[in-house]
Amino acid sequence: MDTVTRRRFLVASGVVGAGALVAGATSRSWLDLIAAGLRDPRAADAKILVLLTMYGGNDGLGTVVPYADPAYRTARPHLAYSENEVLRLGDDLGLNPAMKGLHALWGDKKLAIIRGVGYPKPDHSHFRSMDIWQSGSPDAPVHTGWLGRWLDALPHDPLRAVSLGPVLPPLLAGSRGAGSTIPLKAGPIGRLTLPDGALRSGLSALARPAPGEPAMQAAAAVANADLFTVAGRMGSAVNGGAGAADPKRAQGELAAQLDIVARCITSGAPTRVYAVSLGGFDTHADEKDTQSRLLGEVDAAVSAFLAAVGRHPAGASVVLAAYSEFGRRVGANASDGTDHGTAGVMFVAGSPVRGGFYGEQPSLSRLDQGDLHVSTDFRSVYGELLHKVLDTEPGRVLAGSAADRPLGFL
Amino acid sequence: MQDTAAAGARAELAHLYRRAGFGARPDELDAAVTAGYEATVGQLLHPSGPDAGATATPPPGLGAAAGRPPKGAGKEQKRAYAKARRTQANTLVTWWLDRMVRADEPFGEKLTLLWHDHWATSIQKVKSAGLMLRQNQTLRAHGTGDFRMLARAMVQDPALLLWLDGPKNKRTLPNENLSRELMELFVLGIGHYTEDDVREAARALTGWRVDRVTGAAALRPAGHDDKPKTVLGRTADFDDQSLVDLLVAQPASAAFVATRLWHRLVSPADPSPDVLARLLSAYGPGQDVRALVRAMLLDASFRSPAVRHALVKQPIEYVVGTLRALRLGAAPEAIDALHGMGQVPFAPPNVGGWPAGSAWLTASTAQARLRFAEWAAGRADLAAVTAAVPAARIDGVARLLSVDSWTPRTRTALAAASTDPQRLVTLALVAPEYVVS
Repeated sequence: MDTVTRRRFLVASGVVGAGALVAGATSRSWLDLIAAGLRDPRAADAKILVLLTMYGGNDGLGTVVPYADPAYRTARPHLAYSENEVLRLGDDLGLNPAMKGLHALWGDKKLAIIRGVGYPKPDHSHFRSMDIWQSGSPDAPVHTGWLGRWLDALPHDPLRAVSLGPVLPPLLAGSRGAGSTIPLKAGPIGRLTLPDGALRSGLSALARPAPGEPAMQAAAAVANADLFTVAGRMGSAVNGGAGAADPKRAQGELAAQLDIVARCITSGAPTRVYAVSLGGFDTHADEKDTQSRLLGEVDAAVSAFLAAVGRHPAGASVVLAAYSEFGRRVGANASDGTDHGTAGVMFVAGSPVRGGFYGEQPSLSRLDQGDLHVSTDFRSVYGELLHKVLDTEPGRVLAGSAADRPLGFL
Repeated sequence: MQDTAAAGARAELAHLYRRAGFGARPDELDAAVTAGYEATVGQLLHPSGPDAGATATPPPGLGAAAGRPPKGAGKEQKRAYAKARRTQANTLVTWWLDRMVRADEPFGEKLTLLWHDHWATSIQKVKSAGLMLRQNQTLRAHGTGDFRMLARAMVQDPALLLWLDGPKNKRTLPNENLSRELMELFVLGIGHYTEDDVREAARALTGWRVDRVTGAAALRPAGHDDKPKTVLGRTADFDDQSLVDLLVAQPASAAFVATRLWHRLVSPADPSPDVLARLLSAYGPGQDVRALVRAMLLDASFRSPAVRHALVKQPIEYVVGTLRALRLGAAPEAIDALHGMGQVPFAPPNVGGWPAGSAWLTASTAQARLRFAEWAAGRADLAAVTAAVPAARIDGVARLLSVDSWTPRTRTALAAASTDPQRLVTLALVAPEYVVS
């Protein structure tokens, strides 16, 4: 498998937010709610979560490198980084050499590195494991995303959570509401604009569910309505400055997504959650070059993003969290890559973050069938993000006691 | 009363054409109404006579070469190869889109698209239009027959091997990528095998190489593990073909394949146990895909209004169906629309294929649909709509697009546009009634 993107998981997890959307959509106050969302800017003290999904299973040991552990070099002689290659973090750990920007954040104590993150009884399937992370439910399959359930607890507002790219990731699909998507590509297709005149009024007449119509048909009407809301509120931020000459702007797909997010945030959008993603971490072969290129892309894009919002008062409210569906097998395979593993690394960065290590570093000598033991339940991280960033009681969204055990990075 | 019955029969056939093809043109639907439902299913699944549209759209000659610059190539040479690869990829996408639009018999194209989604392989990693075309032809050659033969051909398909690191899977240290997806996504479904089965099956698949110059896949015995392996409780010296035979023979496989096709052709909800039993009996010990689809299309559950409009047209279905209805060709604007909506043939997002349902109902896909609708309505010959008096045009456009009926909401929206046929058709193309399947 090459790039494992968000799209597959809609199928695998059976997340279908539409019937749901309709429940909110048919309420009398549907258009009123949209109007309210447009009128109310984000409260000055409301924080913003930017969630970065790294699809494919990012290798934690190649990201935060235990360079001093002889077992590390033995397990993957051709993949191992040496002490003088890594960017030192302390605790005999070092960042991948491609992550210079995050290393600087670490120095500023604005980067939390959470080690050994996973969930009980790890699953080695991309789809099942990503489904678990996106639904926030390791114990039983559920058909909603963890942030979708957060949306469910609030009045419907298509601007509350936004994903960059054409397809909604399941993490933003709730049973009553769902996040919105905004397009990425520059040029005529990507510009977020509405038609003028009679065509616009015709489209707006098609942007309202009809009584008794089938669920998907009603959801298609809601999509038309969302286009009005999103284009109306985000259009200028998305279109403005696309391709504008900032010579230092980071290159790549993730950078383009975060560039739009930065412009939405600094233009005062009411959005509390942005979902961005990068694929390609499924490094079964030739891992060292591929992972280093991808982590370099993450590093450049995230650093540029935090710098951009940091020049604006809203920057003080922004928290970026990055995760992947699993880490990889400790031992290398014959193709200078690694196969699907278990525990991985999460990053949480931004001005409100208390930098440092959280969670125990998994042992390389005490393995579970060639895999790392999980030391930190991802629900602890989610719980803290819900509580401290989204002002929501974790128990309303997440089952299990792990959600009530904050690590203290915020 | 008779009118209602006729409209009901027509709506049922329009549903059949949406699911087993890309939607019907009015003349196709007229002929189908005359022939009746069962005869139309027969005609769709067993087309008689040559397909002039398919003959007029022969596959492009792309050669076998996998499009890699020679070792030690300079920057310029690498750039030239990359450019040639992009041109070839575009040629390939345009060809298939054109074929789907122009084929007289849509079922073969639709099933090939479903199998492409099932054995989802992307040119992004394979980097050879020639090998992607070869895979497409393999899906055509085996797609309507015995699923075992399809699976046997696919595990030796050069594009699939490159996509899932088959050539990197060696006796000395197996790579599990192909083995896992073969079980999880292609043949068995999750939950019907263990991690040990994945590891053992990977050994059976060792030793395959793809020649990047000729594009041929071949077994290199030195790289193959010919020791006994234990897969799903059976121990033997499995190779790729006997492994496929073992997997396809598992009872879980038939239910998995049938359910997968059901979700794309009938309903997002699983078939009930008695429906599934009927489907499996049609599929039978010969794993007969055409018989399976036939059983689905003839089943009362498929003909029930409950599953009508329960699916969302995937972007490829939406674009192809619109081009067919409006008698337009596969223009660059159509391919732009597929990019904007997020579904480009030969480039599925990952090995799991494309999403379904409400994933295609977002603000950004709504916008891409609108752009495409404006273009298509501006390009098409709308004489059939324009010829009618404005009041009759709302029903005329329903007939043109084989939409059963408009809700009062849409009827009102269209009525306001009835004096402007181009705007009328644009709005009809983004009406919720047309966006669903």
